[in-house]
Formats: sequence, C-alpha cells, structure tokens
Amino acid sequence: MGRDPQTLLRKFHQARWDEPIIFELSVPGERGILVPQAEPEVVQEVGNGVGVLPGFLQRKKAPALPEVNQMRVNRHYYHLSQETLGTDVTIDISQGTCTMKYSPKVQEHIASRHPGITEVHPLQDPCTMQGILEIYYKVEQFLKEVSGLDYFTFQPGGGAHAVFTNASIIRAYHEARGDRKRTEIITTMFSHPCDAATPNTVGFKVITLMPDESGYPDLEAMKAALSERTAGIMITNPEDTGIYNPRIEEYVRAAHAVGAICSYDQANANAVLGIARAREAGFDLCHFNLHKTFSAPHGSMGPATGATGVKEFLAPYLPVPRVEYDGQKYHLNHNYPESIGKVRSFFGNFNVVLKTYMWIMQHGAAGLKEAAICSVLNNNYMQKKIAQIPGVVIRYAEGKRRLEQVRYSWEKLYEDTGCGTDDVNRRLVDFGIEHYWTSHHPWVVPEPFTLEPCESYNKDDIDEYVAVLKEISREAYEDPEFVKGAPYNAASHKPLHPAIDDPELIFVSWRQYQKKKGSK
Amino acid sequence: MKKLGLIVNPVAGMGGRVGLKGSDGIEILEKARQMGAQPESPRRAVEALKAITSAVKDIEILTYSHEMGEDEAREAGLNPKVIGTIESGATTPEDTIRAARDMKEQKVDLLLFAGGDGTARNIYAAIGPSIPVLGIPAGVKIHSAVYAINPRSAGEAAVLYLQGQAVNIREAEVMDIDEEAFRAGRVSAKLYGYLRVPELKKFVQSVKSGARSEKAELEGMAAYVIANMEPNVLYIIGPGTTTRSIMEQLDLPNTLLGVDVILNRQVVANDVGEEELYRILGNHPAKIVVTAIGGQGHVFGRGNQQISPRVIGKVGKDNIIVVASKDKLVALQPSPLLVDTGDPELDRELSGYVRVITGWEDMVMYRISS
Repeated sequence: MGRDPQTLLRKFHQARWDEPIIFELSVPGERGILVPQAEPEVVQEVGNGVGVLPGFLQRKKAPALPEVNQMRVNRHYYHLSQETLGTDVTIDISQGTCTMKYSPKVQEHIASRHPGITEVHPLQDPCTMQGILEIYYKVEQFLKEVSGLDYFTFQPGGGAHAVFTNASIIRAYHEARGDRKRTEIITTMFSHPCDAATPNTVGFKVITLMPDESGYPDLEAMKAALSERTAGIMITNPEDTGIYNPRIEEYVRAAHAVGAICSYDQANANAVLGIARAREAGFDLCHFNLHKTFSAPHGSMGPATGATGVKEFLAPYLPVPRVEYDGQKYHLNHNYPESIGKVRSFFGNFNVVLKTYMWIMQHGAAGLKEAAICSVLNNNYMQKKIAQIPGVVIRYAEGKRRLEQVRYSWEKLYEDTGCGTDDVNRRLVDFGIEHYWTSHHPWVVPEPFTLEPCESYNKDDIDEYVAVLKEISREAYEDPEFVKGAPYNAASHKPLHPAIDDPELIFVSWRQYQKKKGSK
Repeated sequence: MKKLGLIVNPVAGMGGRVGLKGSDGIEILEKARQMGAQPESPRRAVEALKAITSAVKDIEILTYSHEMGEDEAREAGLNPKVIGTIESGATTPEDTIRAARDMKEQKVDLLLFAGGDGTARNIYAAIGPSIPVLGIPAGVKIHSAVYAINPRSAGEAAVLYLQGQAVNIREAEVMDIDEEAFRAGRVSAKLYGYLRVPELKKFVQSVKSGARSEKAELEGMAAYVIANMEPNVLYIIGPGTTTRSIMEQLDLPNTLLGVDVILNRQVVANDVGEEELYRILGNHPAKIVVTAIGGQGHVFGRGNQQISPRVIGKVGKDNIIVVASKDKLVALQPSPLLVDTGDPELDRELSGYVRVITGWEDMVMYRISS
C-alpha cells in the first residue's frame, strides 16, 4: 500500500458529507453543557449576575444559538474538517505568497493550554502579566535585529492591517510637519493589493507601476510619478513573481529625494531572514506577517499579527500602548501624544506573538538564516523541475534565479490543450493536493499559478508535488476533457464562478441567509 | 438546447500574408489570390470550433453552406443545421449581412463569426447590438475589440457563455481603417459602433481574489474625474464606453461614437466635428478626456480624429486626462498606449509616461508612444 513508488502519485478520495448547517441541527432544549448553578454565597454577593447591567443592555429574548449536544457538535466539525485540505493534511506548497510552513505543535499546545496565557485578561494590572509583556518586548528586540529598524508594534491583527497602520503613520508624519500637499502613494502591480487598497482607505491617491519587460517595477515610470505630492512608496521585494529587485536602493533613493517615506511590505520575508534587512535597503518602515514567516498559523482569517516596524523618527506615531522595559519591570506606555492611536483593542493577538517567540527561540539567529537559505534552495530545485513540464511558461527574468516563490503560467498548456489554470487547479485535489493560489487581480501573467515550497518541505514532498503537476499536464495533452471534468474525488465539485462572485448569493451569517432567502 | 450561429468570412485575412493590408473589395481579393494568398479564415474557424465539440450535445449550430460555416463545422466534427446557401468560391459581404440577419431571426443565443474588421462592420450593419456576438480573429486588420485573443479562446468563451458560466456582457468597439488610404500610407480609422460581446475568462479574476468588477471600477473612475472637474473649464469628452460613463454619471446626453463638450457640468455641444470643436474652444481653458480606443490602445488618432493636432495643441499636453480600466491596460501590456494624431512632432511631445485614471483616487503610470 501507500503512494506509488514509481509515479509518486496517490490514490486519494476525500470524504463527502451531506452535512447541514449547524443551525439546522438545533433541537429546542438540547444542551452541550449543563452549566453548574452558582453557589448560594455567590448568589448572595452578585445576585443573578446580569442584574447589574443597565436595562438597555439586557436581552429580552434568548439569543437564537443552535441547541446541539456535544457529541453531535464534535461530529459536525469533524465532517467539515474532512471536507477541507490544509497544511496538516496535504503538501501545502500550493499557497504561494502565503508561506505555509510547519507550525510546531508544541507552540499551539502552550498557547492554548498554559494558564499563564489562557487565564490572563488584558485589563489586568501590567505588574501581574510581566511574563506576557516580556515576551512582547523580546520579540520586538528580535525583529529589530531581523529588520534593522528601531521600534515595533504588534497591534495590527493581520498583514493588510499592518500596511494600513504604515499608511496611517506616513500620513501622521507629513501632517505633523505641516506638509499637507502629500496626497499620493506609489505602489507596484506585483506588490500585494493591500499596498494599494489600504493607503486608499487612509485617504491617499494611489499610483500603480506596471512591470517592465524584465518583470521589475518600471523605474522610469516611478521617477515620472514622483513629485512633491508623493507621501510615500509602499512596495514588496521580492515581489509576487519571486524576482528580487537588485536595484531596490535606486527606487528608495529616488523616493527619498522628493521627501517621500519608503515602506517595505515584508509580509513574506522568508527568503531574506538573516540575509538582507530593510534598514540596509534604506526603508523607513516595514512589516512582517508573524503568521507567515514566523510560523504561526494563518488561522483562516482569524487571529494573526502584522508586526509594523519603524525607524526612530517615525516612532512617535506608532500605535499605543507600547510595551517598554525600564531595566526591572515591563510597562504599557500610553503617553505618546502624536501616536495614530489604537488600531486594535488592547495590544494585539498575543498567542501569535508567543508562537513567534517560541519559533525564534527554537531556531536562533543561525537557524533563521538557514530557514531562508533552505526556502530559496527548495524553490530553485522546484522551479527547475517545473520548467520541464510541458505547457508551463515562466515569464520574466529568464536565466535568473528567483527567491522563495515563482509565479508560473499555464499559458502554453491553455493554448495547446484548452486546459487553463482553473482546470489544472480543480484536478490537483484528486491527488490529495490543496488548490493552488493563482494570482491577485488582475492577471498580468496569464493562466497563473504561484507556488512556494518553503523550508518545511523536503525533497520527497517537492518531488511528489511536481509529479502531480506533470501528470495533469500529460492528461491535458492526451485527454483535455478529462481534466476539464475534474475534480472526481473531492468533497465539492465545480462551483460556477458567478454563483461565488455574486454578493446576493454570499451569506456570512445564518440570520443573513434567512433574510436573503426570505424565510424570515 | 442553446443555439449558436456561425458565420465564417472565408476570404478574411487573405491580403495580410501578401502585404496587401486588408482584403476588402473584389479587386484586392483577386490580386491577393494572384499573389498566391491562401485562405486563413477557415483554418482558424475550425480551430475555434474544436473547442466546442465537447459541449455539442447541448448546443445546436446554425450556419450557411459550404465554406461559410458548414465545411468548417464538419471538419471540426460538428453537425450543423444549414439555414442558407452561398455560391461557393464567390462569397461577398452581402452574404455575411444576409446570414447575420437570418441568425437574428432564428434567435441564436450567440453569433460566432470568423473574420476581421470588415466582417465585424458587416455584422454590425446587419444586426447592430441586438444579440451577443463573438469574433474569431482571422482578418488582416483587428482594430475592433470584438475578437477573442486567439481562435481557441473564442471557442472556449462561446461554450462558457452558452453554459451560463460567463454571464457578463460588455460593449466592444467595431472599428475599421480605410484600406485604400492605409495602402497609400495614411491612417484613417473610424469607430463604427459597439457590439455586445461576452466577457472573456482570460483576464477575469479567480474566485479568491475578490476584486471589484470592471463596472464598479468605471463608476469610481467617472466619479473621480467628475469630483475633480474645475469650474469654467471646457471638458472635451472623447468617444467610447469608458468616457461615456462620465457623461452618464452626470446624467447628460452624449454621443458614444462622437465627441461631446461640456462646461460646468452642462452640455455645450454633442457630436462635434473638428471645425466646430476648434471654434468652441477659442481661447477657453479646456481639458480633454480620452480613453484607449480599439484593440491596439490608441488614445489619439483612431476614432477620435475630431480632436485634431491643433485642438490638442491649444488645450495643452498637461490638460489631457486619460481614463481606462486596469483590465484594459493589463490586456495591452507590455505594449504602450499609442498616439497617431497625424502630426509627428505632437506625437513625440505626447509620448512618455501618463497617469491613467483607473478608479476612484486610483491611477496607473503607463507609457504613451507614437
């Protein structure tokens, strides 16, 4: 049994459950937990517990929560989990740009079980949570070393949130100097779209640079765009293509020459840990996604952390409170009058910072560098193998090595067989591989797919992944209709695009579902 | 069962390989044949039709006889219903027009046609934007934006549309160049109208990216242009659906194919000619709003020749506002936007980087070249 040793292909079949929505499982009166009655002494002291709330905060009716017993709840979520694929189940090289590295289980164990973490409330007196503040402080020292910048905040709850924070800091900096003409931010087509979207939300006009023939952001275009109206540049390097821009200093220098601030989107810094730093490239701000490069799980849009770092001159604008250490005790300092204020309640998602602390402590400085080297090595090995698969095209930077990821293209496969990237993507699941990431919008590279075999995967994992792509390419050339009919062994089949894109057909809550369906 | 109309202009593209810059007119066609030109169009039509073979059980194909569709369909392994006949070896534009009208009458769900700009014009003349159409690129001149990128993607898109997977319809330009003038070295392009075309999958975002639709982008772009309009400045609004969205948001009457002039959000004149535009302009401060017209990305010199070199000269380079959707620019890259005003010196002056407005407070730096 086991994987075919010759082809490296698996015989996979996913579970498919006709599982209802949990609200539909509700049986009035059924309970998962019988909450113990309060002891008489407690009742005497606090009454019924909610009586102290003002009347307008008290519910007149009980909330319409599903009433389901524990065992059924457990089965429900196991069914759903069997219908998904993720890093713990599959070789998750698929999610290029996302750095789906292994998150050691011991980290989750401590974050979710250690009473020093789970039983602490953020409004406690800081002198009673010195350990937590120490971890914040130490991770800040680590990231200062990794980036070369001077101060960090861990308040933002995700990568785009950190970029929003950076844009807010840029605005605050210019405003503090009375410079109100600076209304423009420059970004690039292959930077993450949040580098355009978040400054726009902050109130900036956004100017995007197209790639030039070599795939680098067009430097001449940037020079033409720069002026006394430029507030800042917000860019990635390496970009989504995996191409590192060796002339990044020139871009930064040109921006500084007109008085603009340079912000480095390092959401995915996996290729440059211990190799290259934001400071040496001349950047004034940067951010890291602790849930990518530093191993914490992404949490399905759940608890994540975008760590924003700044140079000294931008420190007054960082969110408050800031964690500080006076040599004996750790403090929360709110006293920064020029701060942009809070970007999130309390001081961010501590469990992510904790996992980052553990991951860095397990690796040490040399280990971080080794992780970067392995991730680039893995990617170069994989690129070489994928380049030989019929139908694959790799745009830009011919003959040059990429860093940690590559944006590939099935352009030729599509022309030759009619099978495009969406078709291949659907077929992947039949081999037990998670859907891959195509590209952000718009598709500058046609029929794109973006892969990132970070340091967690070994040669065997990569070989299996490549074997699957090669097999699908072979199938497409021999029997394109078969590929177009995929998936055959997955939990869900071919959802039509309009159904997914139509806001009328998207329900984010049970109440909304009932409302839109007109049942209530 | 969905109905697909099929029209192949079997002589489209013949002039191209022998350097005749087009195949319109019997004499040119004869000349092309004498120079050894081979029909390109049927081969490309077959290539597109092969993409349909797999879905054929749900699609009925209606076409004309012989090389105008029947032969190609059969070669691709399809079994079409022939609803009209032609004289083989002597097709004319009138055959295309007749066939298009018949297919409209038969209520086809989509009309797939192979040809070039001349064919698109014939289809437009016959049925206008009444039913959705899609072009298989087979002609010498492809300035019109009604064509898929290549024959196969035309077939793919047709299937997707008929299966209800590509439900968005966009308006696409029908343009043509005066071939005689073109052969004499002059370019005289005209915007003839708009046909309704299914949105192609090629550059539509995937499920996960959650991008805004092109329509929302255009609305943002129009709102941004309007919000920045200065009082007492003439705005010369060029042709096209992109610029039309500005007029529509202002709730003003407008000409899709012509040039309109507004002042303080009111119409000064609709569909002006060059002389009239120059006269209205006088010494008034003015701005020009244009978009990339046609498949090759011309901002001046194709379909908007009313905005002549002397008009542009008077308005000034700094007062030109270029608007376009990001999708349009991405489809164009790495080719630059083009200017061909007829005045080489002005073209050179207009060349360089421009901020193309792509949405609300959203721009792309793009290169203009002559």
